Amino acid sequence: MQPSEHHLLLTQLLTDINRIILGKKEPVRMALACLLAGGHLLVEDLPGVGKTTLAHVLARVLGLDLQRIQFTSDMLPADIIGVSVFDRASGAFHFHPGPIFTQMVLADELNRATPKAQSALLEAMEERQVTIEGATRALPAPFFVIATQNPAFQIGTFPLPESQLDRFLLKIELGYPDAAAERELLAGADRRQMVAELTPRLLPPQLLELQQKTRSVHASPALIAYIQALAAFTRSSPLWVAGLSPRAGLALLAVARAWALLDGRDHVLPEDVQAVLPGVIAHRLRFHDDTRKVGAGETANRLIEAVPLP
Amino acid sequence: MARLDRPVSRRQSQWLLLAAVTAFAPLATHMPVWLAVFAGAAFVWRGWIIQRGGRLPPRWLLVLLVIAGSLGVFFEYRSLFGRTPGIALLLIFLSLKLMELRAPRDAVVTVLLCYFLILGQFLFTQTILTACVTCLAVVITTAALLAANNDRPTIKQQFEHAGRLLLQALPFMLLLFVLFPRVNGPLWGLPEDRRTALSGLTDAMAPGTIAQLSQSDAIAFRVAFTGAFKGIAPAQSSLYWRGLVMPDFDGRTWRVSQTREAYTTPPYAEESRHSKPIDYELTLEPHGKRWLFALESPTTLPAESGLTRDYQLLSRQPVRSRMRYTQRAVPDIQKGLTDPPEVLQESLALPKNSNPRTRAIAISWRQRHGDNDAAILQAAEDFFSRQLLRYTLNPPLTGSDSVDEFLFDNKRGFCEHFASAFAFALRAAGVPARVVAGYQGGEINPVDGFLVVRQYDAHAWTEVWLSKQGWVRVDPTAIAAPRRIDSSLATAIPANETLPFLARNDMAWLKAIRYQIDAVTNGWNQWVLGYDPQRQRDLLTRLGLDADWRNMTALLTILCGASLLLLTGWVLRQRERIDPVRRAWQRFTAKLAKRGIVWQPWEGPDTLAARAASQLPAHATKIHAIARSYARLRYAAHPPSKGLVELNQSIRDLSL
Repeated sequence: MQPSEHHLLLTQLLTDINRIILGKKEPVRMALACLLAGGHLLVEDLPGVGKTTLAHVLARVLGLDLQRIQFTSDMLPADIIGVSVFDRASGAFHFHPGPIFTQMVLADELNRATPKAQSALLEAMEERQVTIEGATRALPAPFFVIATQNPAFQIGTFPLPESQLDRFLLKIELGYPDAAAERELLAGADRRQMVAELTPRLLPPQLLELQQKTRSVHASPALIAYIQALAAFTRSSPLWVAGLSPRAGLALLAVARAWALLDGRDHVLPEDVQAVLPGVIAHRLRFHDDTRKVGAGETANRLIEAVPLP
Repeated sequence: MARLDRPVSRRQSQWLLLAAVTAFAPLATHMPVWLAVFAGAAFVWRGWIIQRGGRLPPRWLLVLLVIAGSLGVFFEYRSLFGRTPGIALLLIFLSLKLMELRAPRDAVVTVLLCYFLILGQFLFTQTILTACVTCLAVVITTAALLAANNDRPTIKQQFEHAGRLLLQALPFMLLLFVLFPRVNGPLWGLPEDRRTALSGLTDAMAPGTIAQLSQSDAIAFRVAFTGAFKGIAPAQSSLYWRGLVMPDFDGRTWRVSQTREAYTTPPYAEESRHSKPIDYELTLEPHGKRWLFALESPTTLPAESGLTRDYQLLSRQPVRSRMRYTQRAVPDIQKGLTDPPEVLQESLALPKNSNPRTRAIAISWRQRHGDNDAAILQAAEDFFSRQLLRYTLNPPLTGSDSVDEFLFDNKRGFCEHFASAFAFALRAAGVPARVVAGYQGGEINPVDGFLVVRQYDAHAWTEVWLSKQGWVRVDPTAIAAPRRIDSSLATAIPANETLPFLARNDMAWLKAIRYQIDAVTNGWNQWVLGYDPQRQRDLLTRLGLDADWRNMTALLTILCGASLLLLTGWVLRQRERIDPVRRAWQRFTAKLAKRGIVWQPWEGPDTLAARAASQLPAHATKIHAIARSYARLRYAAHPPSKGLVELNQSIRDLSL
């Protein structure tokens, strides 16, 4: 594929998705960038704003198998990764893979599960393999997790610890649609039906090629310096409890590359970094003054305006 | 920059409180108790408001407190001016200023007040410890000043920043210290020091006066031998530091009679019969009196000083700050052969009807030896050694005939008893004699080679006038306790008598530590506090520079100018190193700024271009092209080879 072909293909993907998820161009683009960068996505918002639909659409257009795991408070790790069962006929144990053995996992309402169940998923996300009873089983490639989570102030939730939040490359919020989009949604066809009718645009090898392409987007020394300056500033600023980790810096660069690719560019601009910054830092920086509810956008703006371009 | 409409934040208040407390703490000991409590309470109150919240006190209350504090100072000192009342007032102002931190201006005023009070410490003490405390306080206050402008960095960063700034100032400080033309007089002298009590010899000597001094190990003066005696001090027994001459006796107390200078140059011939001249530099600790100490006999006089008729070295002004003078002493000079008769008359006067036993024996010497004064002197020395007098720090108290009681009854005394009795006996025999007080001996500090003379080295001896030799020094103490003169006080007194710690001969390791500390203190006194015009001249001459003040000012200007030039050059070089793409961008943003579109340093090229294009739609295409071209040059993997030329060209072509 030629660069222009990439751009064309990615634009088509976005058009397809935006036909179903109405009025959410920015979050949709972020979600796609996250997958291109090969990371896992955390979607946090109230029930019913289209989190699950987003996952279904993404899986469909990218041509990936989707398994949905609905997390509940009585869930056990075996419910996610699978279990060995004794087969009387053969006289041996047989492994029954859990729902995690798929290309895309929709982990619905992750924060409803107990920490034990959560960590089973999160470990698989990090390692991209599962070890059960001594045997290591690789997960398919590509492997994506889209986790949704209700805002923590809802009843019956186990908030994810910061160390585990860090495993999600991006966190996005969908929010309510605007008036026009909502009217169109109400008037339009059944979303489930529309998803089913979508044709996949990609095969898994093509997706892997796109990911490869994302990694090769050029980041100039000036841009690397900018990302470093951003991370360094969060570490010295008294605003936040702790600064961004080097892993967060890598995440920022990876997503910024995907963003540049979505724009049809072969190099990253500071604007790309600034655009993806809210999704990268929202779940990684915590204000000292926790009582204030500060949106990801405002946090990112504060950071952007404090760090001059090198 | 501090914006004037911004209130002082909580963090800034904490910094200012810290600075105020560090400025206040060392001064607290010099303040009356009520004031220390007043300021301390204000600080605690302010800290409480910072930690627990609450409102600052209303303005009328502050005004009342200022009035109350000022009245307190006035009634304490009967004045609002001068060193201590001035500092006290400033401390009150500082503690209350913290209560009205409303704008950045108040923060700056507080910081400046802190700086001033930190310097104020030097008006009270100037030791190394003070300097260390001051340095620390300056760092804290500077950090507070930085915080007053930007309170976002952490405590560690503020300290690092302040430390860096002060370190950068250090070379300039050293340059100014070394080269700024000095004036005569102490760096930190203030007229108010007058009333301070200082230990040392007084102008009268009664039994017990010097024994009292022997309990003090305070330093009287330090001596550095130069010339022929550099590194090898003269023998202990020759180190008679002559100070006061006391010819006036009332039966119990010897007094100084003359405080008028008679000579401005030594009235005696300089040549000596057979001894080498002794060169030395003496650093006298302030003692509040006019007399100076010197080995016999000084051939030159220190500046602003003169000799009395009985060769007592007197400074024109009382010695209220450390004073340094260079001396050349020539022993064995004959003095006083031509003394006016009234001086000799004075040295023969005796109170009537006192000490009959001593008088009787003195008259017997005169009868035996006729007018041979030298033989009478010998007879007196023989008599003193026959009496088996004992040298002790704790002599029994004496009554009205103190000389008789000492010589015949209890036979125990300290040097003032010996000198007094000896001079009395000779006068009774008709030989002119007088008591001289000063210091004898001293101790070499092995660390820096300075001879340290302490108060316990105080001593009294006699001078006797013989017709062929003039005034001759005779030390009657040496007859009974030769070791006092040859070695030290500790070897001469009985073992069970108490001496100040430094005078003792045991505990060598502690003494070694004291030597070290004393050497450091001496270095500080000599080179920092005592860096006067003379020292400056010496140092610059040693560096091969002409030490005229005009030259020094020129040198100072040249060096400071050169450093500034270097600094400027360095800054310019930093700017040179900004790459050409960046400079092109700066030209572009400068053009936009003229049209009121100010580039924010965090704005990427596309963002700025979009903003600029929306305001200047006529130039939208060009602006976008420039931004894209710049972005490619700066961020692309393979920027076009002629991109920079084109970028510069298109920026030139852009006419807004």
